[in-house]
Amino acid sequence: MRFSSRVKSNLAWLGVMVSGFVIIDGLEVARVINPFIENMLVTIGINVILAVGLNLIIGFAGQFSLGHAGFMAIGAYATGIMTQTMSTPLGFFLSMGVGMVLAMVAAVIVGIPTLRLRGDYLAIATMGAAEIIRILINNLKITNGAAGLFNIPALVSWATVYVLMCVTTLVTVNFIHSRGGRAVMAVREDELAAGAMGINTTRWKLAAFVFGAATAAIGGSLHAAYIQTIAPDDFNIMASIAILIIVVLGGVGSITGTFVAAIVLSVLDTVLQNFGTIRMIIYSLALILIMIFKPTGLLGSWEFSFKRVFSRREVTSHE
Amino acid sequence: MQTFGQQLINGLSLGSIYALLALGYTMVYGIIKLINFAHGDIYMLGAFWGYYSINYFHFNFWLALFSAMVVCAIIGVVIEYFAYRPLRHSARITALITAIGVSFLLENGMSYLVGANARSFPQAIRVVTYHWLGLRVSNIQLLILGTACALMILLELIIKRTKMGKAMRAVSVDPEAAQLVGINLNQTISFTFALGSAMAGAAGVLIGLYYNSIDPLMGMTPGIKAFVAAVIGGIGSVPGASLGGFIIGLLETAVQAVGLSAYKDAVVYFVLIVILLVLPAGIFGKRTREKV
Amino acid sequence: MSSVLLDARSLVKNFGGLTAVANVSVHFDQNELVGLIGPNGAGKTTLFNLLTGETPVSSGSISLATDRGVQSLNGRSPAQIAQAGISRTFQNIRLFKELTVLDNVRIAMTNHYREGFLTSILRLPKYYRTEREMTAAAQRLLAIFDLTAVADQPAKNLPYGTQRRLEIVRALATKPKLLFLDEPAAGMNPEETADLTRLIRQIQHDFHITVVLIEHDMSLVMDVCERLYVLEHGGLLATGTPAEIQRDPAVIKAYLGGD
Repeated sequence: MRFSSRVKSNLAWLGVMVSGFVIIDGLEVARVINPFIENMLVTIGINVILAVGLNLIIGFAGQFSLGHAGFMAIGAYATGIMTQTMSTPLGFFLSMGVGMVLAMVAAVIVGIPTLRLRGDYLAIATMGAAEIIRILINNLKITNGAAGLFNIPALVSWATVYVLMCVTTLVTVNFIHSRGGRAVMAVREDELAAGAMGINTTRWKLAAFVFGAATAAIGGSLHAAYIQTIAPDDFNIMASIAILIIVVLGGVGSITGTFVAAIVLSVLDTVLQNFGTIRMIIYSLALILIMIFKPTGLLGSWEFSFKRVFSRREVTSHE
Repeated sequence: MQTFGQQLINGLSLGSIYALLALGYTMVYGIIKLINFAHGDIYMLGAFWGYYSINYFHFNFWLALFSAMVVCAIIGVVIEYFAYRPLRHSARITALITAIGVSFLLENGMSYLVGANARSFPQAIRVVTYHWLGLRVSNIQLLILGTACALMILLELIIKRTKMGKAMRAVSVDPEAAQLVGINLNQTISFTFALGSAMAGAAGVLIGLYYNSIDPLMGMTPGIKAFVAAVIGGIGSVPGASLGGFIIGLLETAVQAVGLSAYKDAVVYFVLIVILLVLPAGIFGKRTREKV
Repeated sequence: MSSVLLDARSLVKNFGGLTAVANVSVHFDQNELVGLIGPNGAGKTTLFNLLTGETPVSSGSISLATDRGVQSLNGRSPAQIAQAGISRTFQNIRLFKELTVLDNVRIAMTNHYREGFLTSILRLPKYYRTEREMTAAAQRLLAIFDLTAVADQPAKNLPYGTQRRLEIVRALATKPKLLFLDEPAAGMNPEETADLTRLIRQIQHDFHITVVLIEHDMSLVMDVCERLYVLEHGGLLATGTPAEIQRDPAVIKAYLGGD
């Protein structure tokens, strides 16, 4: 029986995801992965979730958002507050759902007026909106103000993060390769021409923005339940910038690049822990140098595709 | 009325610092369309130069101010040469990330070199407080306001009256056409960075004197606020940046005066968003329509 | 006798103090090939932009005959007007440069296919069906216009003349009733222009739509157009068949100058 390259590539991706899980699980059981490394892996997973969503907004819809941490905060606080009384895995997923809905509502409220702006103006407006969200959290009673929330029940393991990372990425990639994803990319390429072709540009921009906000909320929920402590300052402008750096470093418009950058940066960060105070100096120099020598990011807009690998093989075998 | 006058004076002093910083953002953005994230850190370096030059070289205030401007101008030019110039033809988001990298480097480099703790700025000028119509005005506030205004007028003259200023305006409108008529692009951009950074250096020394406390991360928040000011005024517009700076200074002081200091930044960002929605290119910004 | 497809009455567009279009009334009939000519700065592209909703009119009315009766297009967005059945190309080619030729065409079909968000992200069977149908429809169009070989190329890699052709194909993919072509022959060599002439005839013949083109190449205009509008200084100077226009003293004066 011969499979089409589509079926083969879907199976290959499933295989990659399952074997990734089995390998990490095996290393956990064999105690190769200590809490320190596990922490690194979870950070990578959460960063991938956050950056994939932001890459959809920036890389595919072409809308420069600098407010990702604001939506992350909504997810984190939804989980932090709700799991205090519902300390079960079900409670966690419920809180994540609530966080996503709230983040999407916030994204609609922020997006409808601001997405009319272009480029850097949009960036600064979304940054302002995220700061407003953070300042509100900083001053509300239910969020415990500037002190934040601690002793959040540990309802999340590395496995939860891994599975949600796979699901988020899959859903995002599927969206990109659909009718809607192409409409979103048309807006990025030429908004005016897209409108003239009947694409409701406002609607598709907003769709990408809201989608990205929902994924940011997932990342926030996982962060809250894994780290168990959150404070408003965890979600400031610098947090938004940290996610932006992953996207740009990996390559704007490349999901593969986002994975590579999230891994590279987390490993770099872990290795540099030993360097004490000059850690951030090395980090910033690395950032500058990578940008100067690789201005389109590590992978540019290149994307790894099993489908391409298989169809290429089919072509060569026919010859 | 009295408190209103008092807050007005406080707001104007703070606003003039934002305005000085906003000028650097607006000029650099106008000419190479880059949000120079490291600009707030140049201001921090200016403050530290003031600190060391007064404490160790025993400079007087004016000499410290002037030398800080020169030192910051040089630093600004060096940063542009090494970090931004290689990326002039890359995507703008790449240059932005580099600018963020430079900002991290300056902040952490200074934390490493001088320690992360805040230190008190030397009292280069003895504080005298004048009482006038029931208002309290310190000589420092007058000095800040006066120096800032003088520098802004000087800058306006440089941009409007000198050959270099004309070149700057030409490059900001169309860099390629400017080169065709014989303007040296690199030189003009370097000059812009020098001017903007000098303003930031001056702002650093002035703020040190005003708040009396400096630290390596002091540039972060004012930097972002000043950028917001530049956007409100219409990025690329020099009078707009000054106006935006004063608006933010007054707004912050006013929000604090009515007892909502916890929401001071939120109000600033809210006003920013509202202004952008009404005037998408800021107050003095030119709305450019895409030609079909 | 053909019926009126688009009817624009007393259109005015002011930019500040400048009147770019002054009281122009035009109408385009079903299945007609109309040319819009005039010297540079006469307001031709502005008129296109008014009719496609790119720029709002200062005053005047625009109405289009659709399947659901005659509709007013005043105040509608470009996207809504495109959905109502008007498509266009641009004077400076505006393709989705980084995307493939196939995607450029499929994007223009977005509104002809419905697909729920869950269908897309979960790849339900309907997703594969929609993809197959869109791709097949796009491939059919590409085949008609000899673009099959470059279907997987990014649009930016195509030669200039082919990009112009792709832009026309993309416009056709929206299934318009009325197609505006803004200087389709600009920058083309005589051979390419001859191809284009054939192409425009073929479009009108195979797709049964109305084509309106702005063009400076008089041989092309006189060759393909059934009726012409001549604009000058934002106003309508003359209208008629190519033969009538060529004899019109006002047009001759506008083009050749002198008293």
